[in-house]
Amino acid sequence: MARTNRDYALLGRDARLAEEIGLVSAAWYHTEIPRKLMKDLMQRGDLPAIRDTIILFATMIGSAAAGIWLWPSWWSAPFWAIYGVLYASAMDSRWHECGHGTAFRTRWMNDALYQIACFCMLRNPVVWRWSHARHHTDTIIVGHDPEIIAMRPAVVARLILNFFGLFELWGNGKATLQLIFGHMPETTCSFVPASEQPKAFRIARIWGLIYLSTAALAVWLGSILPFMVIGMPILFGSWHMVMTGYMQHLGLAENVLDHRLNSRTVYINPVSRFIYWNMNYHVEHHMFPMVPYHALPRLHALIRHDLPPAHPSILSAYAEIIPTLARQFRNPDWFVKRQLPATAKPYRPEFHGDLEPGQPTPGIGGYPLPHAAE
Amino acid sequence: MPWITACSTDDIETEDLMRFDHAGRSFAIYRSPDDEFFCTDGHCTHERVHLADGLVMDYVVECPKHNGQFDYRTGEAVRAPVCVNLATFQTRVEDGQVQIFIP
Repeated sequence: MARTNRDYALLGRDARLAEEIGLVSAAWYHTEIPRKLMKDLMQRGDLPAIRDTIILFATMIGSAAAGIWLWPSWWSAPFWAIYGVLYASAMDSRWHECGHGTAFRTRWMNDALYQIACFCMLRNPVVWRWSHARHHTDTIIVGHDPEIIAMRPAVVARLILNFFGLFELWGNGKATLQLIFGHMPETTCSFVPASEQPKAFRIARIWGLIYLSTAALAVWLGSILPFMVIGMPILFGSWHMVMTGYMQHLGLAENVLDHRLNSRTVYINPVSRFIYWNMNYHVEHHMFPMVPYHALPRLHALIRHDLPPAHPSILSAYAEIIPTLARQFRNPDWFVKRQLPATAKPYRPEFHGDLEPGQPTPGIGGYPLPHAAE
Repeated sequence: MPWITACSTDDIETEDLMRFDHAGRSFAIYRSPDDEFFCTDGHCTHERVHLADGLVMDYVVECPKHNGQFDYRTGEAVRAPVCVNLATFQTRVEDGQVQIFIP
């Protein structure tokens, strides 16, 4: 089995090579949209997000209340299942949209929901704001994007365990503890400015106090019930976030400057769209990140002529992803290069260096696989 | 003569901006909701993204990439990921033309 011939470490070898060949902080391909239309698409409003937030919190409170009422009977399980998905998956999309500042027009509403969502996801609001900014600057640029989920070849056990939130809870829990003690790893410091770091420490310490209080309540009650409300839903509610998150970029190109090559748009059911806040329109979101979630279907209709066809379903997306990940065990340079419709502008070599599936990234790849060099 | 004619007042809609390039530099010129004109550096101070594709809301311009926000009247950075203020330039309107003062 081939191990990866890439260096995914931030500050690593591929980070330096990507910088040398101009892949970092670069100009990306955009479908042309008249300014007037784009302004209209970017317009913010409070109503859609207020409506969705009321539905979200009402459902969370209702399901948690039912879960607590029926605890410890197994009849409480369906309510915890609902609560968990909203806590650990819907809050992921709220973290994301509010981090972009596009959910609401009113700033304090964005900030308030952002803080709540970060707490649920155990993602430090300072660190993750900057991490996601880097993801948009250098989307799937190896060594620069801190949010690449799967290396090539993928670590299958990790991809499976992610559905149970284990790495999410462990990784974010560990990072929170480090921040509580005033330590920020060097790789994180590479994208969080020094002036922002005290804020990250302060918030982590407040969270630490909340978790300590939860633990004290659990001890007093002699029950894990408080952790069913806070923290543990990450373990039983992350699966939807992972299922939709894997569709975003897995199996597509690395080290390109055209989101049509490294992002995927998938049509999904209305419930998942509510949980995911329309991030299934992922090519559109990356091309125009300032378009609010509620305007993405309209944006999609406007630019679909210039994009690879959207996948008709989640199953269709996975039918593309799984064989591609399997093939990357034989050839880590393999990826899916999706065909554009005749109406689209072709992929431009100046944006992605004529990158073809199975070929190493010009200027970066071409070095031997680790096992071949041994 | 540091006053440079950048555009006509009609070139920019109310609560919008446009790009203006001059002598190797790039600027953003804004028309506020009160139909006043302002000018800043064209590029975001976070990363080299031009603000011309951004959204103007009241007196704030958003970077189109990461939503770093500036008060375009003063250049003040008001929302992360921007931490560094934007340079601003004086403007005036003469005979329907927007002019900027480039020191």
